[in-house]
Amino acid sequence: MNIFDPKGPIAAAEKTILIDSIGIMLAIVLPTIVAILAFAIWFRRSNTRAFYWPDWEYSGRLELVVWSIPALTIILLGGVAWIGSHQLDPARPVAGTGAGITVQAVSLDWKWLFIYPDQRIATVNTLTLPVGSPLHFQLTSASVMNAFFIPQFGSMIYTMNGMVTHLELRADEVGTYQGLSAHFSGDGFPDMLFDVHVVSQVEFASWASKTARSDRALNSDSYQALLEQSVPKDKPEYRLEDPQLFQAITTQKIPPGPGPRQAAEIGAGNVR
Amino acid sequence: MFGKLTWEAIPIDQPIPLVAGGVVLVVILAVLVWVVLKGHLPYLWHEWITSVDHKRIGVMYTLLAMVMLLRGFSDALLMRAQQALAFHSQGFLPPEHYNQIFSAHGTIMIFFVGMPFVIGLMNLVVPLQLGVRDVAFPTLNSVGFWLTATGALLVNVSLVVGEFARTGWLPYPPLSELTYSPGVGVDYYLWSLQISGVGTLVAGINLVTTVLKIRTRGMNYMRMPMFCWTTLASNLLIIAAFPILTATLAMLILDRYFGFHFFTNEAGGNMMMFMNLIWAWGHPEVYILVLPAFGIFSEVVSTFSGKPLFGYRSMVLATMAICVISFMVWLHHFFTMGAGPDVNAIFGIASMVIAVPTGVKIYNWLFTMFAGRIRFATPMLWSIGFMITFIIGGLTGVLVAVPPADFLLHNSLFLVAHFHNVIIGGVLFGAFAGYTYWFPKAFGFRLDERLGMAAFWLWLVGFYVAFMPLYAVGFLGMTRRMQHYDVAEWRPWLMIASVGAIIITVAIAVQVMQLVVSIRNREALRDFTGDPWDGRSLEWATPSPPPVFNFAVMPHVTGEDAYWAMKRRARQEAGAKHETDYRPIEMPRNSPTGFVCAFFATVMGFALIWHIWWMVIAGFIGAFATFVVFAWRDHDEYEIPADEVARVDRANLAARRELVTAAGSV
Amino acid sequence: MVATTIAHGHDLNLLGLADTEHEGPAPKRIVTGYGFWIFLLSDMVMFSCFFAAYAVLLGQTAGGPSGAELFNLRSVAVETTCLLLSSFACGMASIAAEVHSHLWFQIAMAVTCVLGLAFLAIEFHEFADLVARGAGPSRSAFLSAFFTLVGCHGLHVSAGTLWLLTMMAQVFAKGFRADIQRRFLCFALFWHALDIIWVAVFSVVYLLGSAV
Repeated sequence: MNIFDPKGPIAAAEKTILIDSIGIMLAIVLPTIVAILAFAIWFRRSNTRAFYWPDWEYSGRLELVVWSIPALTIILLGGVAWIGSHQLDPARPVAGTGAGITVQAVSLDWKWLFIYPDQRIATVNTLTLPVGSPLHFQLTSASVMNAFFIPQFGSMIYTMNGMVTHLELRADEVGTYQGLSAHFSGDGFPDMLFDVHVVSQVEFASWASKTARSDRALNSDSYQALLEQSVPKDKPEYRLEDPQLFQAITTQKIPPGPGPRQAAEIGAGNVR
Repeated sequence: MFGKLTWEAIPIDQPIPLVAGGVVLVVILAVLVWVVLKGHLPYLWHEWITSVDHKRIGVMYTLLAMVMLLRGFSDALLMRAQQALAFHSQGFLPPEHYNQIFSAHGTIMIFFVGMPFVIGLMNLVVPLQLGVRDVAFPTLNSVGFWLTATGALLVNVSLVVGEFARTGWLPYPPLSELTYSPGVGVDYYLWSLQISGVGTLVAGINLVTTVLKIRTRGMNYMRMPMFCWTTLASNLLIIAAFPILTATLAMLILDRYFGFHFFTNEAGGNMMMFMNLIWAWGHPEVYILVLPAFGIFSEVVSTFSGKPLFGYRSMVLATMAICVISFMVWLHHFFTMGAGPDVNAIFGIASMVIAVPTGVKIYNWLFTMFAGRIRFATPMLWSIGFMITFIIGGLTGVLVAVPPADFLLHNSLFLVAHFHNVIIGGVLFGAFAGYTYWFPKAFGFRLDERLGMAAFWLWLVGFYVAFMPLYAVGFLGMTRRMQHYDVAEWRPWLMIASVGAIIITVAIAVQVMQLVVSIRNREALRDFTGDPWDGRSLEWATPSPPPVFNFAVMPHVTGEDAYWAMKRRARQEAGAKHETDYRPIEMPRNSPTGFVCAFFATVMGFALIWHIWWMVIAGFIGAFATFVVFAWRDHDEYEIPADEVARVDRANLAARRELVTAAGSV
Repeated sequence: MVATTIAHGHDLNLLGLADTEHEGPAPKRIVTGYGFWIFLLSDMVMFSCFFAAYAVLLGQTAGGPSGAELFNLRSVAVETTCLLLSSFACGMASIAAEVHSHLWFQIAMAVTCVLGLAFLAIEFHEFADLVARGAGPSRSAFLSAFFTLVGCHGLHVSAGTLWLLTMMAQVFAKGFRADIQRRFLCFALFWHALDIIWVAVFSVVYLLGSAV
């Protein structure tokens, strides 16, 4: 999950920005730290060789320098921020092999549901992706806020109920990676990790068609079971019965997940 | 009869809160018993609890902060221990507890350590630096303090009666809504902060009015000490920002109590609005905390370098620039919400812009040291430690202000390391510098220097060992608030971080020891002249501790560094006789209003949390009655006779004669 | 007297008034008024948050009624008149306080009180009516925002009325003492500020809301 080991173009570009920004700032920060230590040591009271200017409190030229150094640094970094924000806008499409695939990600308590509407399949806590293809993510939450994040592919984005966020990524290397939720969502939050399998295009297609023939179906019953607050023990793969499931979730046709079951049962707010 | 409150609210099946709560209760009872048996209660009541003296109130605020630091830090130790152990394991803290602990840690540190610490120091020092007798509204000052204490009390009560919020220190909906947090935890959080928020607002109004309207003759704006400027900026921010917090928490309260739909998932609620509102408060809040710290460093660095502050006007401009810009950057706390590249970029750039005046301040402190004669007393050590540490924190801050970088680092331990870097390196180091610097003024004796230096080095090393690994583990993709994890690469860093936490524990123990030792050795550490550091501003012209009226005759100021000029003039005129015309001085009477009002606020807060409606009404009637009783009093001032004033002043002048006749500095 | 013996310059007043020296602490009446103004500004910041929430949630009627379907502009006009007249009466009370006329002070304050209570009665009736029609604050986000914004103002008026009665009692018991006058000054500021907020409320909520 090392962000300095990117496996896709978004992460790679973001890593470059990170390193460049650190470099630019270190160029100012390191000499400043050295100066602080140097002045503190040289002008200590016990150093009788140092000069003492007890009334020196202003210098126009120094003021100019003192305002300019941070200002120029910030102008430079501001440019990086402006260009970077536009080039790496999460919703900006990424070029790749073919038209790419669409994944609709839903964060639940406390698991991830990935719906592949075009392939008519869905998975829980596993994401299988074709290498080199543009990946169009549409994201929402079935309950509380979360954040979808695969560190080695790049940007994270929030998931919120009733809303759709968009993320465009690409995976450039076959392998197995890790994703997680990067926004605290309750007791089962630390378990919201998911596996990311990046496979060849051919393997993806065969996996998708095999899963579409699975006998486990994602319908309103199995979805309701997922909505209950729990941490799943397995990572099921479903055949998708309703291709409009994601829309039903985002428009709240299917209401958001219930909270802790005790609330509904007891009625009043409980203690713990 | 008692709303939702039942005996089950007490966590008899959970050892940690039970033991912790039990120990605290025993300690409190022991202290109370000792106080009563030794006959100290009347003294405490008359001299401290009902005091409206800004110096006493400042000390009480600071004491509250330091006590709550112990509680907040215990939470930190638990968290670090859990994360060191919880690899492929649940550790020793199940999620329900761990989540309360990190929520309480953040809430306590920001609201009940950071805020009271800086407000306490501002209260203690600002009227003295302005050459006046008290703040604008002394009784209101007392009310503000006691309401803050009420908030702290309620948060701690949640440890043993009920639970605390499990949402993090900012209760984002929908997680904080009744659906997903049905317990009383979020309610404890909400009412505790609503009540203490009133206290903070009151302090803000008081200090702004004081700085703008209550200064001694000749104290033009550009002659005020830098600490007064940062006090002004910080409190202007309080006035502008805290009402936002009040409104936002009120909306969440309405959602939870009356089924409103401000932030719920259904019926049109908008959780994004919560984030915008709460961070519109939240970002100014961190500047409310750090600006007074900057002011402290300006005072300390100039005093211990033996030079006036370099670039005073520039510093004033930078301070007010920070004050204004801090209101324009709030979106950088949620770049990943998907607002679009233009919005993200603008807020990112604005966030970087605020680094410019901050950088200017660092350089001005640097050039204050240049060509100075630096004495490395403990406050100066804290200042140099701050300068280096804060720069690093600022660097990482500007880094996450670049939206595409933030897309990788948001909510990670890199972020956690960044904000601890600036809060500990900035606010806490500043508070410790101020505490050591002004302790002799408040109490009449200095703190032990050697233990002070030891505490500083332990804190410095401990901080770096605890937080630098968190930057690393953030780069490795670890997100915050994880009760357990399975990623092997993270573990070594988290274990190093726990070592850092242990070093900081030792540092805090040394600070406690320093206080105990200094009190025991107070005669040897006595500050006889009132000016132990060869200071430059007016507070050092008063005895240590100052009399209740601060100055026998309010000084007439003719320039910056007013007290330095006074000393110079006194040396030049050594031996010249001055006849001062002493007048009787009217001072505000003490009042139990603050304490009693806070008592009723506590009752109301507790009752609101547990839905005990009759108690809420009773508490409200009590609070209103308190105000009416206060409004009804006929004598709000008392007079100190002229010869008492003269006696105090002559003793002060006599004690300082050696300062004036000595050739060099102290 | 111009500042002379300055070793470290910078006593130039930023506003360019180079020779004016600060006179010293301001008198109590000014300090009290100033501090209360600052409090009023902070209160306005709080109200602006509720206004902002209202603007954001205006369209979120969750399939329920919108403002245009709910607002009765006639009763809003009546309660506005009551409140504005009460401010006038409060102004009369201020004048009475200045000339130390007990009789006219109590009369003017009583009129202020009655008009304020009339405002509250009409508002309470409006709220009760909305709730009875199923358009209570828990119906939709829009209604939550409406009830909160208007209700917060109503709460302030209620608190002001309580304060009003206390002032009447104070003046009756102790006369026009300096500290009581200062307190009354704050009360008057508060009452007039509520008027200003109400103008904003009825413009933004009722007038604009009905037009939509």
